Amino acid sequence: MMGFFRQVGVVAAKDLRAELRTKEAINSSLAFALVILLMFSFAFDPLADTTREIAGGLLWIVFAFAGTLVLNRSFARELPNDCLDGLIAAPVSRAALFLGKACASFLLVLGVQLVSLPVFGIFYNVPWTRQFPELFLVLVLGTWGLTVVGTISSALTVNIRLRELMLPMLTYPILFPALLGAMQLTAILVAGNPIGPGDFGWLKMMVGFDVIYTAVSLALVETILVS
Amino acid sequence: MSAVAVDGVWKLYGDYPALRDIRLEAEPGTCLALIGRNGAGKTTLLRIIAGFSRPGRGQVRINGGEPRDTATRRQVGFLGHGISVYDELSALENLTLYGRLYGVADPPRAAREWLERTGLARVANGLVREFSRGMRQRLAVARAFLHEPRVLLLDEPFTALDDKAIGVLSGLLREALAAGKTVVMSTHQLREALELATQVALLVRGQLAFHGACTPEMAADPGLVYARYGEG
Repeated sequence: MMGFFRQVGVVAAKDLRAELRTKEAINSSLAFALVILLMFSFAFDPLADTTREIAGGLLWIVFAFAGTLVLNRSFARELPNDCLDGLIAAPVSRAALFLGKACASFLLVLGVQLVSLPVFGIFYNVPWTRQFPELFLVLVLGTWGLTVVGTISSALTVNIRLRELMLPMLTYPILFPALLGAMQLTAILVAGNPIGPGDFGWLKMMVGFDVIYTAVSLALVETILVS
Repeated sequence: MSAVAVDGVWKLYGDYPALRDIRLEAEPGTCLALIGRNGAGKTTLLRIIAGFSRPGRGQVRINGGEPRDTATRRQVGFLGHGISVYDELSALENLTLYGRLYGVADPPRAAREWLERTGLARVANGLVREFSRGMRQRLAVARAFLHEPRVLLLDEPFTALDDKAIGVLSGLLREALAAGKTVVMSTHQLREALELATQVALLVRGQLAFHGACTPEMAADPGLVYARYGEG
């Protein structure tokens, strides 16, 4: 088991090092998130109550779109020089390979989100820091769901020509339940309110989504990676 | 037990048979040169042996194991058309990464040793994206040898190498053969390949046209196999 987690760490560290050296995905994702947040702020009155009600939804739409820019690179990063062959040839479990890539993408997407949040707070005039620990938990759960589904979709689409288009088309419909939960809870939290007993169902659904899709992806990745 | 055994392998791309009933064996300590014209099926066969692709029919065994088993993968060094090294990482980082993935005891030390052996020690910390094609190929050779594999599967290993680097690679392959390792290589560079080979397999349009010992006659006249068994 230690060997498995060591392999996960090696793959994740490699992906993070390669990304931080080129900053291809993180720069485009961050720039996209900030521009969309700015454009939405022109479309909605930041002082209106309705804007605060839909703020959670807006935020997660931005995170989902910006996240796919990072996730598109997850397996596409292995295409130059046939690096995927090198990884597949190595005695590394495909599950460790998948999990390593998912962990690296998770950290990158979460990083983009944490930089975008203060900008969102300013543009939409919301007290997002008031319930930050709970908000961070929702970000973690929602981002892990996005990352797991996005990473397995990235593996599935790595060898097709229209992968930039196919990845979101595969990811968003599957992600719908997790996004719905994340949007509902984020709307409550960025308004400065705590999560009430009636809202714990959303949290449980997000945990369930993450567990189920992580297990399904780990089971499928072996089949996906061997032609 | 054969180090590499290919038994009745077929591979179809749609209706087109890329490989037809291939049967090959390579014993430990031997070098099998897989030759043939472009499109003969050499790379397809090597990828099936390496476990990257499933045969339509037939089976492959490496030291008795299934190519995709983790234990088998640990015994195999593969060098394909793509060099499988990361442009964004340095030569040392690339080899250390693969050393860790293969469970090499001291990955940075092994990486430095192989950079030295392939003549890349002076650019150990240089990013691969700044390397020439020949340097990249040498790095790919180092990657394939790094974990001391028992079976080496090499697809066009001499590509882009200069005379000196070809000499280094030939020396490494001789050393590996003397240590009882098995080499299966596909190549168009017949002279270099037949100097090393103990066996030759000629593929013609997906079929095995010849499989037998590499004779001194063949080594002296590399075109002989094509003339005698191929399509000229």
